[in-house]
Amino acid sequence: MSDASISTGPRKPPITAVGPIAWAKTNLFSGWLSTAVTLALGYLLIKAALSFVDWAFINAIWSVPSNAQGPQTQICRDMQGSGACWAVIGEKHRFMLFGTYPYEEHWRPALACVLFVVLYIISAIRRFWRWELALVWIGMLTAIGMLMWGGIFGLSYVPQERWGGLPITLILATFGLAFAFPLSILVALGRRSSLPAIKVLCVLYVELIRGVPLISLLFMASVMFPLFLPEGMNIDKLLRAQIAIILFAGAYLAEVVRGGLQALPKGQYEAADAMGLSFWQKTGLIILPQALRMVIPPLVNTFIGFFKDTSLVLIIGIFDLLTAGKTAIVEPAWQGFGVEVYVFIGSIYLIFCYAMSKYSRGLEAELNRHRHR
Amino acid sequence: MSETTSDPRYKRRPPKRPLRLSWSDERVRGIFWQIVVVALVGSVIYWLWSNTSHNLAVRRIATGFGFLDREAGLPIAESLIPYDPTNTYARALLVGVLNTLKVAVIGVVLATILGTAIGIARLSKNFLLSRIAGAYIEIIRDLPLLLQLLFWYTVMQGLPGPRQALRPMEGVVLSNRGLKLPALVWENAHTAALVVFLLGIVATWVYARMARAKQMADGQPRKVWATALGLMLALPIVVWWGLGAPWEIEYPVLRGFNFRGGMNISPEYFALLIGLVTYTAGFIAEVVRAGIMSVNHGQWEAAQALGLRHGSVLRLIVMPQALRVIIPPMTSNYLNLTKNSSLAVAIGYQDIVSIANTTLNQTGQAIEGIAIIMAVYLTISLSISLFMNWYNARIVLVER
Repeated sequence: MSDASISTGPRKPPITAVGPIAWAKTNLFSGWLSTAVTLALGYLLIKAALSFVDWAFINAIWSVPSNAQGPQTQICRDMQGSGACWAVIGEKHRFMLFGTYPYEEHWRPALACVLFVVLYIISAIRRFWRWELALVWIGMLTAIGMLMWGGIFGLSYVPQERWGGLPITLILATFGLAFAFPLSILVALGRRSSLPAIKVLCVLYVELIRGVPLISLLFMASVMFPLFLPEGMNIDKLLRAQIAIILFAGAYLAEVVRGGLQALPKGQYEAADAMGLSFWQKTGLIILPQALRMVIPPLVNTFIGFFKDTSLVLIIGIFDLLTAGKTAIVEPAWQGFGVEVYVFIGSIYLIFCYAMSKYSRGLEAELNRHRHR
Repeated sequence: MSETTSDPRYKRRPPKRPLRLSWSDERVRGIFWQIVVVALVGSVIYWLWSNTSHNLAVRRIATGFGFLDREAGLPIAESLIPYDPTNTYARALLVGVLNTLKVAVIGVVLATILGTAIGIARLSKNFLLSRIAGAYIEIIRDLPLLLQLLFWYTVMQGLPGPRQALRPMEGVVLSNRGLKLPALVWENAHTAALVVFLLGIVATWVYARMARAKQMADGQPRKVWATALGLMLALPIVVWWGLGAPWEIEYPVLRGFNFRGGMNISPEYFALLIGLVTYTAGFIAEVVRAGIMSVNHGQWEAAQALGLRHGSVLRLIVMPQALRVIIPPMTSNYLNLTKNSSLAVAIGYQDIVSIANTTLNQTGQAIEGIAIIMAVYLTISLSISLFMNWYNARIVLVER
């Protein structure tokens, strides 16, 4: 635009070609069908949003009066169906989050949950992906154990039967993955081994576990496991469920890891052999670093699955977050307010899982950056 | 790779080396480690087994499946076959298996339809539609299925009672006793029409194959749809007409505290089905979306350049290629839905897990009860895997 005779400079494109109008034209009203879909969906969406706002905020009841007979929930019952009764959350949230843990000691499970979240965040940062991370994990998990049990540093001792709520969910998920992950690497290597006996054992383990639902393993842990042990020896229920979850997660993760091992070009194996490396040197220095990096996104997706699956311990009566929520509404005064409680519990799961899935997608994009031109 | 190369040099195996009894021989080490691992696993299993048999002896629990012939005495609310509590445990467990299959089969069909629709909606050019589908997928996949099932069950229980039941359509009644639908009074004419319809499908398939073979021979396309319509639709209607055309619809009617007549879907089954279908559909939608996106854009353009219509492009060019990507993850979603149906026990739908659990509580036969559950699911899983592998083998890309 060097022509000096035009003083107005470059002309703007017509208003229908750029900006919000053009955007709406191509993305919302590009044809009669698209317009109809937009109008119908827009109507439904606005209607649903309005009735949700009515239910969750405008008609909602945030607290109820309480007298000697306990909370008076009659006003909530009158509004049932048209307004949410958030009073149940206000009244019961401590119970749902921490179960029957001694009330005045609730800061301890709360701090444990914070430590868990810190641990997840540290593990998610790529700069910290070094072997020292294992030490951080051991240190953090020990600290969490000391916090929960107590008995040292002036903390009062709290038996494991009184733990409950969110810490149980996080413990089952975290310890489950911490043990299942190394197990899965061994099994995945075993499944690709040239030694027939080891291969058969690994295939049997993976296929048997993947063929049955987690519930049957949890039932096995709760009713059959005591029969397996010598008389007098007893393992507590939480640990038994934890073992079942580890075995279950191990089989699924092993398949993900095997995918990475298979995707690695054969040349890497051959080059490592040609260097004269032993099996464990080859595996630890050449194969695993590359193979695991390739499968991080599916690994995170599997982690999300297990985080959700820990809720199944409800069926064998372990007091995790979901069980605590279900128990909170057993009390006659609060019966019938399940929807509010499940919305509350659901949003906790949603926060954790959404963070993980967002992270997984970001990581996938970052790891695949070299594939884009 | 050596199996697929035709070069005979690669096929020759290396000459067999005699085994040296030395630690530096790789094969000796391999055999040694295998013996160690097998001995370790074997001794752990033996230890567990001997503990178990000792414990069973101490608790005087007889092992074996003899209890299956005893009277069950457990009531089952819904059953596909005639059952009452005086029947044996074996029959009670069979009812459980059928209930599991009932929810799994219908769930797989509905989840596939809903999931495909949402997956395609996610790819829509309409911003609103694709965003709503995306939000659905994200939220449904981030909540535990058990929570969703409990939620749906609570919603079902919170519905009004039979007297104030919701009636969205004539004959459809939704109350806290479940969903009632009008039902056709089944007569012999319907059975005959159904048999003819199934025969018509087989005949159409045979006819389509023949027409295709002829087209391959002389290049002339033959119209199949007219014959297909005649065989599958007209013939059953003629049979039904010939047998008197019975058509009586039974509507649910309020009698006392509950409804009589019509088809009844219990709140437990309904909640389980809704939960499983909406949950699995979220995963299937992602599978479908990834499958369609995996087809190169050039394929669309090339097909359009050949003059194919939009529908034909989708059916003949894009779908066959997308299916190759879709089928394997779809299989695992079907397997997951079937395995997840075991969560029925949490909301009181009597599937195999629920009935086997009651059985093992009543009889104390813990090992047998769990063995039955696992055997049932392994059988179902393996059958689905075999079928889907067969289907997958049919559609994979045939390379040179």
